Amino acid sequence: MTNNAVKEAPRNPKVPQKQPKLRRDMTKGEYILAEMKRTWVGYVMVLPFLIMFIMFTVIPVILSILLSFTNFNMLQFPDFVFMDNYIRLFLDDDLFIKAFQNTMIFAVATGPASYILSFLVAWFINELSPKVRALVTFIFYAPSISGNAYLVWQLFFQGDIYGYVNGWMLKMGIITKPILFFQDTAYIMPLCIVVALWTSLGTSFLAFIAGLQGVDRSLYEAGAIDGVKNRWQELWYITLPSMRNILLFGAVLAITGSFGFGGVVTALCGYPSTDYVAWTLQHHLQEYMTTRFEFGYASAISLVLFFLMIGANVLVQKLLSKVGQ
Amino acid sequence: MKKLRTRKHAVVLNRSVGGDTGITIVLAILGVFMFLPMWFLIVTAFKPLGERNITPPRFYVAKPTLQNFIDLFTNMNATWVPISRYIFNTIVISVLATLGCLILGSLTAYALSKIRFPGTKFIFAVIQYSLMISSTVSGITSFIIFVALGWLNTYTISIVPVWASTLGLYLMKQFIDGNVSDEMIEAARIDGSSELGIYWNIVMPLVKPAWLTLMVTTFQGVWNTGASGYVWDESLKTFNTAISTISGVSTGASTAAIILMMSVPITVFIINQSRIVETMASSGMKD
Repeated sequence: MTNNAVKEAPRNPKVPQKQPKLRRDMTKGEYILAEMKRTWVGYVMVLPFLIMFIMFTVIPVILSILLSFTNFNMLQFPDFVFMDNYIRLFLDDDLFIKAFQNTMIFAVATGPASYILSFLVAWFINELSPKVRALVTFIFYAPSISGNAYLVWQLFFQGDIYGYVNGWMLKMGIITKPILFFQDTAYIMPLCIVVALWTSLGTSFLAFIAGLQGVDRSLYEAGAIDGVKNRWQELWYITLPSMRNILLFGAVLAITGSFGFGGVVTALCGYPSTDYVAWTLQHHLQEYMTTRFEFGYASAISLVLFFLMIGANVLVQKLLSKVGQ
Repeated sequence: MKKLRTRKHAVVLNRSVGGDTGITIVLAILGVFMFLPMWFLIVTAFKPLGERNITPPRFYVAKPTLQNFIDLFTNMNATWVPISRYIFNTIVISVLATLGCLILGSLTAYALSKIRFPGTKFIFAVIQYSLMISSTVSGITSFIIFVALGWLNTYTISIVPVWASTLGLYLMKQFIDGNVSDEMIEAARIDGSSELGIYWNIVMPLVKPAWLTLMVTTFQGVWNTGASGYVWDESLKTFNTAISTISGVSTGASTAAIILMMSVPITVFIINQSRIVETMASSGMKD
């Protein structure tokens, strides 16, 4: 398959010693077959995982695509309705449009923000001593692994005078009566975004820290000689290009996280939130799946989410390829 | 002439005092934003009832008490199913899920990275793409599959799907690519080791940071999600689920519960922090 594999073939003891046929004497099909025979252990090794993966990821995604063109309620056999679900979604479901808008707002607000925040913090602490860096890493990373610790924000923004923020603001005379933060439509979205950001310095943050540590020091010295004037130029021309792969990995995680947003809203503002102000695709999906049992329609919603994620990934890959130019 | 600054006796290029100060200030502000909620969580868990209701709240606790934790434990004893059962469930689920994930993930990563059978590239590409979609997308239809398999309301549903997690496999494969040389594997093959032997005796010891990372992240995930929503039998639920139900009695008890719950993944992370960061160094994605 690759040049490497060609070179390896004769050296492998598994190949029978009686004059193995050379690559140039074989057709492509024969060669692949021979390679498959030689590396059969590999197939055995990946098989268990692959079965699980196909069962829990590949089949569900394909099934979702198929179901989205049908009406299905788990009881009767799905009947084919072609594009009806999608037409209903975009033309006849105001709540879906709202959910779509909110999901986009959340994704645009939390995705890039958490990504940039993760990177900047990682970059800021890059030159600290290892001990201090480990401590700061821990402080920033802890919220993302602390399960439902974000519920503490409820104490801060509780709607009565015992809520911390209300308490402080009343004391300072900024407000005269407590604000019902998680019920007031003006505050729900911004608050949820803040809480989402608080929990968002996760795996990609650690990846950035590691990536920054791995940048070759001599590149910086060479850059300084070549006329890099300040740390920002150094960041743009040297650091970012040399960790592009990690940036891409971080972006993939950030996108997945920001579009799947919804759980935090439910926990803080209830289900549904006041006037559906923070209703996301995640909620809409949940509603049609668990309450109304319209699986075909719910599949169509999940497909919309699917294409949003793929689209965002393509866009981000394009943007990242411009880094350092 | 370019000015050279030194920091801890090492020459630092291109660093201005203004920039250093600015960065420190921004970092401090962000640090307060991140840490303040955590701080209040800890303080509140130790505040007696009287202190919890002071407005505006105090940043410290004058008379620390364990009453909140005691309340929590008293409530635990009053649960329908004994609390030990929930703990047992959590242990069974986390251990089996983590172990399976580790074995399948590392075995697959090794095969994809070093055996390179025809189809490796395709399989890995699909796995990489699957990182781009969240589980929400496949949620509905996986539910149908669970129903078809008869897994609703069993341990299996909380364990087996975790085995197919792709992030761990991805990190493992990248780490093996970057840290285990082909020559070493070739040499072992010529010496007559079986692939399984090479995987177990050569690769696994070399990628210790990666499998520790895989263990930690899987464990954290399982611990924090608890049992899936498709489990309704009380005796099959996890500690996580139980504690969030019983902690509703008071703010004190619920903060105590949160502290209790988060202390486990945080401790595990602190112990393995350096290894996890080391693993992440090879997480880059080639486009």
